[in-house]
Amino acid sequence: MKRRTFFKTTVAASAAATAAPAIWSEAKAQARNETLLIVTESPPNSQDIHGVGANRPAYEVSWNTHDRLMTYGVKKDANGNDHYDYTKLEPELATEWDLKPNSVTFKLRRDAKFHDGTPITAKDVKWSFDRAVTVGGFPTFQMAAGSLQKPEQFVAVDDHTFRVDFLRADKLTMPDIGVPVPVVMNSELCKKNATEKDPWAMEWCKNNHASGGAYKVEKWQPSQEVVFVRNDDWKNGPLPKVRRVIQRIIPSAGNRRALLERGDADLSFDLPSKDFAELKKSPKLTVVGTPIENAMMYVGMNVATKPFDNEKLRQAVAWAIPYQQIMDTVMFGQAIPLFGGADNKSKGSVWPQKDGYSTDLDKAKTLMAEAGYSNGLETTLSFDLGAASTNEPLAILVQENLAKIGIKTTINKVPGANWRAELLKKSMPMIINAFGGWLNYPEYFFYWCYHGQNAVFNTMSYKNPKMDALIDKARFTTGPEYDAAVKGFVDMAFEEVPRVPVFQPLLNVAMQKNVTGYRYWFHRQLDYRQLVKG
Amino acid sequence: MLKLLLSRLATAVPSVVGVLIVTFMLTRLLPGDPAAYFAGLAASPQAIAEVRTKLGLDKSLPEQFVAYIVDLAHGNLGNSLSTGQPVAAEIVNRLPASAELTLVALFVAVAIAIPLGVLAAVKQGTWIDHLCRVVTTAGVSLPVFFTGLLLAYVFYYLLQIAPAPTGRLDVFISAPPDITGFYLVDSLLTGNAETFWSALKQLALPAISMAIFSLAPLARMTRGSMLAVLGSDFVRTARASGLSSRTVIFTYAFRNAVLPVITTLGMVFSFLLGANVLVETVFAWPGIGLYAVNALITSDYAPVQGFVLTMAVLYVVLNLIIDLLYGLVDPRVRLDA
Repeated sequence: MKRRTFFKTTVAASAAATAAPAIWSEAKAQARNETLLIVTESPPNSQDIHGVGANRPAYEVSWNTHDRLMTYGVKKDANGNDHYDYTKLEPELATEWDLKPNSVTFKLRRDAKFHDGTPITAKDVKWSFDRAVTVGGFPTFQMAAGSLQKPEQFVAVDDHTFRVDFLRADKLTMPDIGVPVPVVMNSELCKKNATEKDPWAMEWCKNNHASGGAYKVEKWQPSQEVVFVRNDDWKNGPLPKVRRVIQRIIPSAGNRRALLERGDADLSFDLPSKDFAELKKSPKLTVVGTPIENAMMYVGMNVATKPFDNEKLRQAVAWAIPYQQIMDTVMFGQAIPLFGGADNKSKGSVWPQKDGYSTDLDKAKTLMAEAGYSNGLETTLSFDLGAASTNEPLAILVQENLAKIGIKTTINKVPGANWRAELLKKSMPMIINAFGGWLNYPEYFFYWCYHGQNAVFNTMSYKNPKMDALIDKARFTTGPEYDAAVKGFVDMAFEEVPRVPVFQPLLNVAMQKNVTGYRYWFHRQLDYRQLVKG
Repeated sequence: MLKLLLSRLATAVPSVVGVLIVTFMLTRLLPGDPAAYFAGLAASPQAIAEVRTKLGLDKSLPEQFVAYIVDLAHGNLGNSLSTGQPVAAEIVNRLPASAELTLVALFVAVAIAIPLGVLAAVKQGTWIDHLCRVVTTAGVSLPVFFTGLLLAYVFYYLLQIAPAPTGRLDVFISAPPDITGFYLVDSLLTGNAETFWSALKQLALPAISMAIFSLAPLARMTRGSMLAVLGSDFVRTARASGLSSRTVIFTYAFRNAVLPVITTLGMVFSFLLGANVLVETVFAWPGIGLYAVNALITSDYAPVQGFVLTMAVLYVVLNLIIDLLYGLVDPRVRLDA
């Protein structure tokens, strides 16, 4: 190369290089303003909520890209934040409905279209509901929780009328139609991508969404990021304010916090309690903590085998747990206490609620002696390593205090993948665990956790015909009779303490000050449709 | 040469077959029930049984193994449950990310470690020798995830020089068209300076944290090997013959000292592929290590098997390359020996 030409090109190149960054950053700044960047720990594994093993982040994808017939209303919680209202069902795809004792008839919106432009009709709704009750696994199970079990129940009366016939009077049927599972899918598009072996197009729907919801998936990069773009033709609710949403997977909690604090990310769930406690004091971010409905962290004891078949011994354990210490040093105050109430009596038809236990080692020791274990005993205390940041310190605190009343425990750490299988075996004598139900009814929680049908979540193998009778009664009654039944089973649960409630967890979310409109949902995923970035 | 290559490859076949059987058995022997895990929160025993049938886990082990081998013969590594994608496609997507990171880290490490080692040997006992000792001790004692977090904290959070640790590219920059899968190369090939710059910036911190870690063995090995060679007779003769010290050190001593360094390099490289797992987690790097760890946590068999198999094949190839390199560097190492 000649010296002169070399000189010329260098000058030109450096001029271009200095000019360029300004253009880039402007384009970037604009993109930034219209986009909500969410950083999260675990990636969605499907766009189809009916898919085998669809995980919770997948529920979020499905929730924002699909329509359901009905949605829930909104109310303000105790802190003035938006909170879905489980008592109020509101129109989404259905504009109105006529509830009769044996059936419900929905009128569908006439101008609603799927993302590909085909109108949404009742036959799509029927196809989707049939799919949910047929494919098995979680969706079928969730539908059955509201007595939605057979394809024959779902009738497409005409293009814009859809009827559900009831198998039995079940007050959970209507609420269950508003949960994330009964989505409306584009049946023709799905059928095009179905095969003989796969009539419900399960394979195709993993990576594609045949829907008409408020957002479309623009970019789907499994376990890296998902980019959503608003569906500008959406008719089933007010048009969302945020044009684009990027969900990036950032596995390290420390970096998620750094991204938020530096203002590079807009919103994140999934931070340790300690971080949320600290961020709440920071003036830079908004942190909203909502008690998770119908959920609790508890110490469970297996009542089917020795030694915890002994009620006095269980009560001794309940008096020995270092509740306040757990609240302070494990949860950093980021939870609602479920201990230290006036007594062990129910305070109304709400769940969870405080029991009468608190830390009283003398009382615990007396009960130990009454139970016939004045010489103490040895047992194991198990927990799920998948949530070790909470479970491990909690287990150690419990272990310390139990030692003081003569119960020597060995801590057994179970890997996350194995936890469910271990629960199923029901052979662990003492565990630390959490459970939360979608539908906010005390009897729903008790049906899973205390009923003699002995579901996975009755981790204590607790069986009591009196309890079962009360739970079954509460499921199908209303009014004073209902309240009496709830009071009955709550009192019984507190008195016999097969599980010792410790606290009700919070769902925390941290976001930039300019992000508003956050709403708590029972499914604990983010609804992009109400968010505003200004 | 070709014959040699083939015979070396042939010896690798039994180890790959062994790896196949062992990983298949190991993933099945591990505690954990994928059916229970993937059946979801409110699953009943019958729902779990349905999932188990769907996953083919209700069949006997030999049946499952045969199915696995048949799939493998068709180039199908199965489907990952946790990402919902075919494993083969995922590995092809993710391998370049890990490889790019590892190669850049290795390049940085070599660029620092070898001159440092040579200097430390030549100027034994001086400050540079001490520096070498301090750097290598520090490098080997700091766990790589710690260096990673520290670097991110200092350079991103405090000093605000480095970009956000969000993976291979800034969130608002789109990836270059897929040619080699290496963002640095692809962006250059398509002449996209903005993407190149962004990819390079994102790469800097993770590559440096890995380089710090792999510096130590390389520098120590270079120093030790150089010291041995510098003390040998032929170097004394060369010096006595009046050759310049540059010629003595680089032409004669270094060339002879480099053989053990290459061996170490091979080891460090394979080691780095493993260390990736931690760095990838810290920097949200969408590589193969992160993929394998996530799969392991969820008892997701197919990706774990796919990962181990890919790694085994990579190691075999790597060893082969190093064998061939020996012959190029040192004619005394006969390839057919």
